[in-house]
Amino acid sequence: MPTILEALREPWTLEFMQRALLASCLAATVAAAVGCYVVLRGMAFLGDAIPHATFSGVAAAFLLGGNLYLGGALAALATALLIGLLGRRGLLKHDTAVGIVFVGAFALGILLASRRSTYTVDLFAFVFGNVLAVGWEDIWLMAGVGAAVLALVFLFWKELLIVSYDPTMARALGVPVEAVQMGLLALVALTAVIALKAVGIVLVVALLVTPAATGQMLARSLGGMMAVAVAVGLASSLAGLYVAYYADVSPSAAIVLVATAIFALALAGTRLRARATARRGLPAEAPTPGPKP
Amino acid sequence: MSAPEPMALEVRDLWTGYDGTPVLEGVTFAIERGCLAGLVGPNGSGKSTLLRTVLGLQRPWRGQVLVFGARPDRRRLGYMPQTEAVDWAFPVTVFQVALMGRYGLLGPLRRPGRHDRQVAWAALERVGMADKANRRIQELSGGEQRRTLIARALAQEADILLLDEPFAGLDAPVQHDLLHRFQELAAEGRTLLVATHDLSCVATHFDHAVFLNRRVVAFGPLQEVLREDVLRETYQRHLLLVREEGRLYADHP
Repeated sequence: MPTILEALREPWTLEFMQRALLASCLAATVAAAVGCYVVLRGMAFLGDAIPHATFSGVAAAFLLGGNLYLGGALAALATALLIGLLGRRGLLKHDTAVGIVFVGAFALGILLASRRSTYTVDLFAFVFGNVLAVGWEDIWLMAGVGAAVLALVFLFWKELLIVSYDPTMARALGVPVEAVQMGLLALVALTAVIALKAVGIVLVVALLVTPAATGQMLARSLGGMMAVAVAVGLASSLAGLYVAYYADVSPSAAIVLVATAIFALALAGTRLRARATARRGLPAEAPTPGPKP
Repeated sequence: MSAPEPMALEVRDLWTGYDGTPVLEGVTFAIERGCLAGLVGPNGSGKSTLLRTVLGLQRPWRGQVLVFGARPDRRRLGYMPQTEAVDWAFPVTVFQVALMGRYGLLGPLRRPGRHDRQVAWAALERVGMADKANRRIQELSGGEQRRTLIARALAQEADILLLDEPFAGLDAPVQHDLLHRFQELAAEGRTLLVATHDLSCVATHFDHAVFLNRRVVAFGPLQEVLREDVLRETYQRHLLLVREEGRLYADHP
């Protein structure tokens, strides 16, 4: 009979599980940090679109025998740029521009991929994610790009903060608002590429949005929000991999569902606390108005 | 003999608008340094657009804005937008908002330092918000929100302050309190241009006024421009001016 401690330790004796944990933690950390801006600026749709758009680049790179990450990154950056330009010219509403560009790019990926009959195995790892198949070279790449993204978030903290919070004031203060907004799109694109192999195209948006939304509920400041988001991301990665290991289910789906459960708990907790706070103003002896819970 | 000091803010024949429809039609006026000037007009008269154009947020179709006789320098212009334009659910504290006023003075990659924090803190003290510095902005009342945005404009330490409807929705005591702070700032040599549709407030507390309705109906010292014909042209209807115990009230008959 294995003890609980042994059961907790067992998965990490396997190298592919160690790699999976490292990869999902890296992806979750970067996505949680960048996801705060995605949530605060109401760009969740964009956070879904850009990962999908990487598929065209991944498929093209696959056909041409190039680096799949590089292909994905280029496609994501091109999409981000195109969406930014279309939205800025005022030709289309922003979410319409997002919808047109990302579906087009995703369809292009499917078209390219369908030229090869073997595409199912390799390419679908990108669509649904296969964190158990992540190699050390993937991890190094994720760590490198992730460090660069986090460094940019840190260096341009005040610019990203004021452009997200109050773009009009940012412009009045002389902050280059358009450039910062474009840079933010590029950060989302790079994050999508990092998270691709860990959770797959379809679920990247969950790593971007769910932990950050939890942080927004619980924190008073952007820094606090980001700290909570990263903690939720890390906890989801760890717990999700346990679930995947012992229940033999898809790790990416398990990670995302743990994050969803944490969000639901935080939401319920916040509601309960708000209700308790609202009633604190009642005098002690006064009859409670309304129905009792 | 030194040359006469240039006007703090001078606007010449300014035209602008949205989608081909003009909002400002040849706006011309000038304000001296140290003035507390009201920018008065009915809704849709172009008050916010004028402030935005002076700040460079709205491109002029024609005309010129001069700040101390030169092209506008953002660092000399402090701004408080209407509170409706701000996302109050954003996770920032009152102090962090005030500190944002310093961002324009810092270059890229530079973080606010000790001096910036002191200035932001002093600005919060000035508007009576220092005790709420660590509150999340979501928790503030309407008056506290306005005071926070005024503190941010003060933290810019700009020579000219452009304030958009700072009194809307404020209780009378808070409004008086703010007016005294504005008078203090003007006495220190700052120039304030305050957009408001509260005519009585301008009539009793301001020394200058710009009457706007797409174009400038009149501008200058209050005793010269606060006339019934000016009000009629600005508001497109007849308003009575009532003097009582040295105070002036405007009302419809």
